[in-house]
Amino acid sequence: MLQPILFALLLLAAFGLFTWQVRKIRANILVGRDRDMSGHFGERLNKTLLVAFGQQKMFKRLTPALLHLVVYVGFLVINIEVIEIIIDGLFGTHRFLSFLGPVYDALMAVNEILAALVIVAVAAFWWRRNHHPPVQRFTGPELRMWPKLDANIILYIEVALMLALFFMNSADIKLHQLEGKELPGAFPVSHFLANLLPTTNVATLEGLERAGWWIHITGILLFLNYLPSSKHFHIIMAFPNVWYSRLVPQGQFSNVDSITHEVKAMMDPSYEVPAPATNPDGSALAPTPFGAKDVEDLPWTALLNAYSCTECGRCTSVCPANLTGKLLSPRKIIMDTRDRVEEKYNSPLIFHPNVYGPEAKHEPITDLANATLLRGKVTPEELWACTTCNACVESCPVNINPLESIVEMRRFLVLEESAAPNSLNVMFSNIENNGAPWAFSPSDRLNWADDLYVAEKAPARA
Amino acid sequence: MTPTSSPAAPAKRQLTVPTVADLAAQGKSPEILFWVGCAGAFDDRYKRVTRAFARILEHVGTNYAVLGLEESCTGDPAKRAGNEFLFQMQAMQNITTMNGYGIKKIVTACPHCFNTIKNEYPALGGDYEVIHHSTYLQQLINEGKVAVQGGESYKGRRITFHDSCYLGRANNIYEAPRDVLAALDADLVEMKRSKANGLCCGAGGAQMWKEPEPGKKDINIERTEEALATLSGQAAALDNLRGVETERTVPSQHSLQGSIIAVSCPFCMTMMSDGVKNKEQESAVQVFDLAELVASAEGINA
Repeated sequence: MLQPILFALLLLAAFGLFTWQVRKIRANILVGRDRDMSGHFGERLNKTLLVAFGQQKMFKRLTPALLHLVVYVGFLVINIEVIEIIIDGLFGTHRFLSFLGPVYDALMAVNEILAALVIVAVAAFWWRRNHHPPVQRFTGPELRMWPKLDANIILYIEVALMLALFFMNSADIKLHQLEGKELPGAFPVSHFLANLLPTTNVATLEGLERAGWWIHITGILLFLNYLPSSKHFHIIMAFPNVWYSRLVPQGQFSNVDSITHEVKAMMDPSYEVPAPATNPDGSALAPTPFGAKDVEDLPWTALLNAYSCTECGRCTSVCPANLTGKLLSPRKIIMDTRDRVEEKYNSPLIFHPNVYGPEAKHEPITDLANATLLRGKVTPEELWACTTCNACVESCPVNINPLESIVEMRRFLVLEESAAPNSLNVMFSNIENNGAPWAFSPSDRLNWADDLYVAEKAPARA
Repeated sequence: MTPTSSPAAPAKRQLTVPTVADLAAQGKSPEILFWVGCAGAFDDRYKRVTRAFARILEHVGTNYAVLGLEESCTGDPAKRAGNEFLFQMQAMQNITTMNGYGIKKIVTACPHCFNTIKNEYPALGGDYEVIHHSTYLQQLINEGKVAVQGGESYKGRRITFHDSCYLGRANNIYEAPRDVLAALDADLVEMKRSKANGLCCGAGGAQMWKEPEPGKKDINIERTEEALATLSGQAAALDNLRGVETERTVPSQHSLQGSIIAVSCPFCMTMMSDGVKNKEQESAVQVFDLAELVASAEGINA
């Protein structure tokens, strides 16, 4: 009776702690500016099925896509076994789902094969990150101590979980064999491993089976609570993030409605600017700046993006600015956003690496007035290197949009600080004065049509 | 060799490009507005593209007009640079002009103008059917109105198409320019980074008007190297650039002489032309816009 009680308490604690963390993260995301992302149910569902569930954009690069697919499918299928583990744990049953018969056989067999493949894939992932030189996109100045360690911790935990599963199954098989019975389910890998177990001591085997069982489920629950501190949170956030993708063409930048009102009022004095939104008590809201200086100036979707990033670096690896040695790295902008929102608002994290870790000690924030996302983390030099080419947006497997944050911060630099590079200020004044970004006289605009001739020739077909 | 000089032009007629204001004075309005854009109106190199496209419009007898002196910058570079206020001033001015004339349909040779008018003007009260000239040319060819015959022959010439970000990723137009080039019966070769994976020329997002940030290379050089390697059949050698270690030195399979980098954007035109000059290949490799290639293949330059 002790085990089910212990297990129920563990389950309660784990899910309670996870919920507590997720609520804080939700609050962090909602500090962002409002943006109406409702509607378009069918289109969003379609995108979520294709891009999130179907991993469509991963398949632009075949090798990592296949490795990732193994771990992803493994994650989904092994979770079915977790349901059994939870039922067994709570009710003291053993292999509760075995009544499913042949379905259970198939489920266990698939599980075992996937678990073995996961170990292989994780080994490949580890190699890609840790051999010298590693795959290029796993390098870069933003992949400092914690992000690198985090990536490896995830891989180690995954291997540990799979090994626990194999220990549990193979010990169970051997126990049944010793009793002359057949364990329900098919276990192609553990059957082999059971023969290698160097003991026939029933107590040892029972201990091994129980240890495997407890390590597997405790590991999963610990991992669950590690996620909010880690880039691995993408396994959850990828789904809402893809759901709330922008559905407009990638070239369409957001409109700033407050400016629209001002411009309309300027062009037409009779235009009535709608009354600004107020607090529920009727008092005026604090004025919001044009563009983004800090995380709360970004749309909430940009903060959702930040929590969905798994730091894979596909964005940075295709960024023309980054490829040619400029400071800009789209991945860094996303990572900075997440770090900053946790520095300024709730830190739900148990591990809190960016505040208490050795990382923070190396780079103490001294200039508190400028400890904002812009300048505190992202420098204007990075922002001005962007060509707005959308390569980063296109490349992201979970539809993160670094470009939007870049443009929002440019807006702040230009509209609030008049801090554009000089040559751009010249371009602005050319547009204002000549209606063209270059210093040409507007009266020459039709000169291209001078002395223009066309050869007389009947069109191919009128 | 250049599309503006045709071998023998027996009969030619001078064009008076109609403005919307002229038509309005006669109580008429054009079926389609040709939005020229600032580069098309002022940049010496891109003016040749504008002229080529106007020839095509005249040649097929399109009922078109331009805004002429009433056209003003769409505001694209201001918006990409963060100057939303200036963008909206420009946009509203242009929308007022076009709505005043009852414009319904617009064609433009500039992907930046195209993207801005098509995607960003509607929120400010400007709703038009906007098409890029690559799509327009594709339609003319498909409808048989342009046969791409009777002029310069591009048969067998090596051409690689450089995708403009604001046509490609921004608006998912990848096939129209390729269909146009396919009609030339040329030897089309794709760069490794093409279509959705195309590499920017380096001019977007208002980079056209500023010096690049410090780095180890200019973006247009990176892109031009890729284009030249593709045209000469040495693209595998470029693996080195991307950190793929290879000891192979691939012999050049094709002479660069007479090969073409095709573009569909005024900024790409500038960047790729500068890149070719930087690589000292301007006597071998030419950079042409789709409209120039079509006008010259059709033999309507005069």
